[in-house]
Amino acid sequence: MELLQRFTEGDPEAFASLFQQYHRDVYRWIARIVRDPAAAEDLTVETFWRIHRSHARFAAQRNFPAWARRIATNAAIDHLRRTRHEVPLPDNLSASTRPDSIVTTETRRAIHSAIAALPPRLRVVTLLAFIEEEPYSQIADSLGISENAVKVRVFRAVRLLRKKLQQAGVHA
Amino acid sequence: MSLNEEKNLRELQQLLKNAIPPLEDTTPRRDLWPAVQNRIATPLIHVPWWDWALLAAAALMFFLFPGMIPTLLYHL
Repeated sequence: MELLQRFTEGDPEAFASLFQQYHRDVYRWIARIVRDPAAAEDLTVETFWRIHRSHARFAAQRNFPAWARRIATNAAIDHLRRTRHEVPLPDNLSASTRPDSIVTTETRRAIHSAIAALPPRLRVVTLLAFIEEEPYSQIADSLGISENAVKVRVFRAVRLLRKKLQQAGVHA
Repeated sequence: MSLNEEKNLRELQQLLKNAIPPLEDTTPRRDLWPAVQNRIATPLIHVPWWDWALLAAAALMFFLFPGMIPTLLYHL
């Protein structure tokens, strides 16, 4: 029997197999949104728990990675809502993601604060569309909205970011 | 979108990317499978529907007869 069919019927081995196959992709997707390795790990666990809980609602002919990405995005947005007023945008994922040295510490801090101040729904599209350059179609799919709605969110995020950066004295 | 707006948008994007570089390939630092298994094994706290019904009835009573609140507090 197909793996996805067995998963929908609650087969634990099928779930374990899907976890092994997709957990790295789910982790990477979440890390791009929350930019905190510890939180991304916890949210990957949360995502696979939600996936397990909803196995009966999943139709075997659907696209599993896209479904998992949508659940992961919701979990990440929930996390951003919970931690919105805490530490702004950690970027300690790896040495390879060191910020560009041409940007001053003050500018970097202002940009981090401006992004952290965005509402979670706008913060997600900013990070995925501007920083990670994910296609709008994929962002729309992961948020369960249309591509036009993503464009509207990007437009609103840009307006808010410009305002915040200008207030902080950063020319944007 | 005009050419000028497009250019401004690209400049803003570059500024953001200079401050927050895109993530390169990253993987979890620990094995997450045991944590997933533990999470699944932990039972959800299930509140029976009649508890919710009782709570809703109490809320409705307090809303309709707010005079009951001080009386109830006095007897608690």
